[in-house]
Amino acid sequence: MTAPTLVFGWGNPSRGDDALGPLFVEHFTSLAARHPEWGKVDFLTDFQLQVEHALDLQGRRRVLFVDASLDAAPPCTLARIEAARDASFTTHAMSPQAVLKVFADIDDGEPPPCWLLAIRAERFELGEPLTAAAQRNLTAALATAADWIAAG
Amino acid sequence: MTFELETAKSPETLRRVAIDPVSRVEGHGKVTILLDDNNKVHQVRLHIVEFRGFEKFIQGRPYWEVPVMVQRLCGICPVSHHLAASKALDMMLGVKQLTPTAEKMRRLMHYGQMLQSHALHFFHLSSPDLLFGFGSDVATRNIVGVVAAHPEVAKKGVLLRKYGQEVIRMTAGKRVHGTGSIPGGVNKSLSTEERAELLKDIYQMVAWSRDAVGIIRGLFEQNLTQYNAFGRFRSAGMCLIRADGAMDLYHGGLRARDIDGKPLFDHFDYSRYWDVIGEDVKPWSYMKFPFFKSLGTEDGSYRVGPLSRVTMCDHIPTPLADKEREAFLAFDGGSAAGATLGYHWARMIEMLHSVESIKDLLHDDDITGHDLMATGERQERGVGVIEAPRGTLIHHYRVDENDQVIRANLIVSTTHNNQAMNTAVREVAKQYLDGVEITEGLLNHVEIAIRAFDPCLSCATHALGQMPLEIAIVGADGTVLDEATRDHRGLTREFGEVREPS
Repeated sequence: MTAPTLVFGWGNPSRGDDALGPLFVEHFTSLAARHPEWGKVDFLTDFQLQVEHALDLQGRRRVLFVDASLDAAPPCTLARIEAARDASFTTHAMSPQAVLKVFADIDDGEPPPCWLLAIRAERFELGEPLTAAAQRNLTAALATAADWIAAG
Repeated sequence: MTFELETAKSPETLRRVAIDPVSRVEGHGKVTILLDDNNKVHQVRLHIVEFRGFEKFIQGRPYWEVPVMVQRLCGICPVSHHLAASKALDMMLGVKQLTPTAEKMRRLMHYGQMLQSHALHFFHLSSPDLLFGFGSDVATRNIVGVVAAHPEVAKKGVLLRKYGQEVIRMTAGKRVHGTGSIPGGVNKSLSTEERAELLKDIYQMVAWSRDAVGIIRGLFEQNLTQYNAFGRFRSAGMCLIRADGAMDLYHGGLRARDIDGKPLFDHFDYSRYWDVIGEDVKPWSYMKFPFFKSLGTEDGSYRVGPLSRVTMCDHIPTPLADKEREAFLAFDGGSAAGATLGYHWARMIEMLHSVESIKDLLHDDDITGHDLMATGERQERGVGVIEAPRGTLIHHYRVDENDQVIRANLIVSTTHNNQAMNTAVREVAKQYLDGVEITEGLLNHVEIAIRAFDPCLSCATHALGQMPLEIAIVGADGTVLDEATRDHRGLTREFGEVREPS
C-alpha cells in the first residue's frame, strides 16, 4: 500500500556530509514513529536520483526530497519544486526537478506536490564523518521537516 | 593500440581545450586536447580521478564488513563490488563451492545488476546521442528529449531498469547497501511471494530486451559508415569465460586474445592474476594503465566489457542472446564487432542474456532453498573476479589472524579500459576535430567515444551544485579564448557568447 507522503533522502554515507540525506531519513523515520498524527509515511534512500525514481512518486499526495547541498543557506532551505527540463541528465545523477519531469512525461500527468529540503554541507571526503556544522544543520533540518509534515 | 597523439612534441606552443568533467559518465573525468593555430590536433588525453584512498579505507576493517562497505564505491554498480568482494572472501574462508541456492541467488542478483546498469546506459545516457545525432542540439540531446520524442523507448528504459532494481532488492535484501551476499554464501533466498512477483513481468522484460537489440541494430544499419568508422581501433581483449568457453558473467577463468585475435592465455586461474597482468603508471594520469605482461607496456594494453565478452566467448548460454550474438558477428562481414560503437550493440545482447538468465533462475526451485552457507579451511588471502557491467572487476584482500583486512587491491573495469578509451578519443579527435573550428557538437563526439565504454569513474558524490560541464579553449599564453558551460540548473553558455580573445 503506497503511503500518501514520501520522504526521499539521497547521498553516499561514506563521503562525509554527503551522508546528510540518508542520515536525515534514518532520524526522521524514528521521529515519525512517535507522531502517528502525521499519517502513513514511506521512507526511501538511495545513492543518487535516477529515472526510475519517477515511479516512486506514483500515488503520492506529497513528497519531500532531502539532499546535502553546498549552495543552500545554512542550516537548510525548504522550497517547493516543479518539473523542469534541466541539464542534470548529463550525469548519472539527476536533479529532483528532472525526476518530476520524467514523471510528467511517462505518466502523462502532473507529479504530486514536491518540496526539496537542502541541508547545507561542507565536505565530501571519502571515509570522513559528518562535519560539526553539518551535524548542527541536520538537527535544524529535522525540525523544519517536522513543521512541514505537521502542516499537512 | 597506438600511442600517436599521447604526447605532443612542443606542448608550450599549442592551445588547450579541456572537457571537464566529461558528462553522462559516472564520476569525474577530463579530456584535454592540444591544438595549434590551424586547429590541428597534437595531443589528446583522458584523465580520470580514480578511487584513490579506497583501498586504504578498507584496511583495518573486519573482513565480514567488506562486502557491504565496498558498495559505497559506486552509486551505479554497487552490486558488482558486493559480489566481487564476497567471492574474494569465499576464497579467504576456503570455500571452494557455494551451495546451489547461494550461487543461484548471487547470480540472480548479478543479472539484475547487469540489467539495470545496461538499461540505464543505453536508454538514458547514450540513446540521446544515437537517436538525435552526435552533433544535435544540446538542449534536446538528453533523456528528457528522448522522453519527449520517443516516449515508448524511454518508458521501456525506465521499466527495465526498475525491474533490475527490484531483482536486486529481493536478492540483496534492500535497494541500497544490500547485505544478501556474505562470505561463504548468502543470508537469504527468494520467498515464494518474491518469486511470483518477479515472474509476473519477466516475459515482458524479455520482449523489451529483444526490442532494444533491434533498436541498436537498426541504428547501425541506418548509419553504417559512420558507426563502423567512429573511433575505431584494433585492440587485444580480456574476459572471464566458462569451462566450456561460454559467456559467464559471474565466474570462470580468464581468457585473453591479442590484437589479431590469437590466444594469449585461456581459462587462467584468476587467483594469480598478477602473473599475467601488470599495471603501468604515466605521469599525466592518476589512473593506472594495465597491460598483459607477456606483451609489455606498449603492446600489452587491452579492452574489457561487453564488446570483448560478446566477441571472445564461444557462445552465449541462453538461446535468444546467442542468436543475436551470431547476427552481430555476421553483420556486414563482422565490421560491427570491431567498432567502438559496437559496445552498445554488445551491451544490449548482454542485457537480453541477463533477462533470459533471470527467467531461467526464477524457474529453478533452488532459489527458494534454505541451504545458504558453505565452509572451508581459512586462508590468508582471497581474490574475487567478476564480469561487472563495464568489464572485468578484480578484488584482492589479505586478512590477518584478527580477521582484519591488512591489504586490499582493486582493479576496476574502467582501469582496464584506460588505454582503450584514450585510443578511442584520439581516433575521434583525428576524425572530427583536426583542422576545423571546434563546436560543442564536435566536442560531444569525443564524449560519445568515452561513453561507449560506459566508464564508471565512481565518485558517487553528487551534492547539489556539483557536476558542471566546462569547456575552455586556452591560448598558449594561458588566456581563455572562448568557453562554454552548463550546470545542473540548465544554464548553458555557448561558444562565442562570452568574450573575445583578449
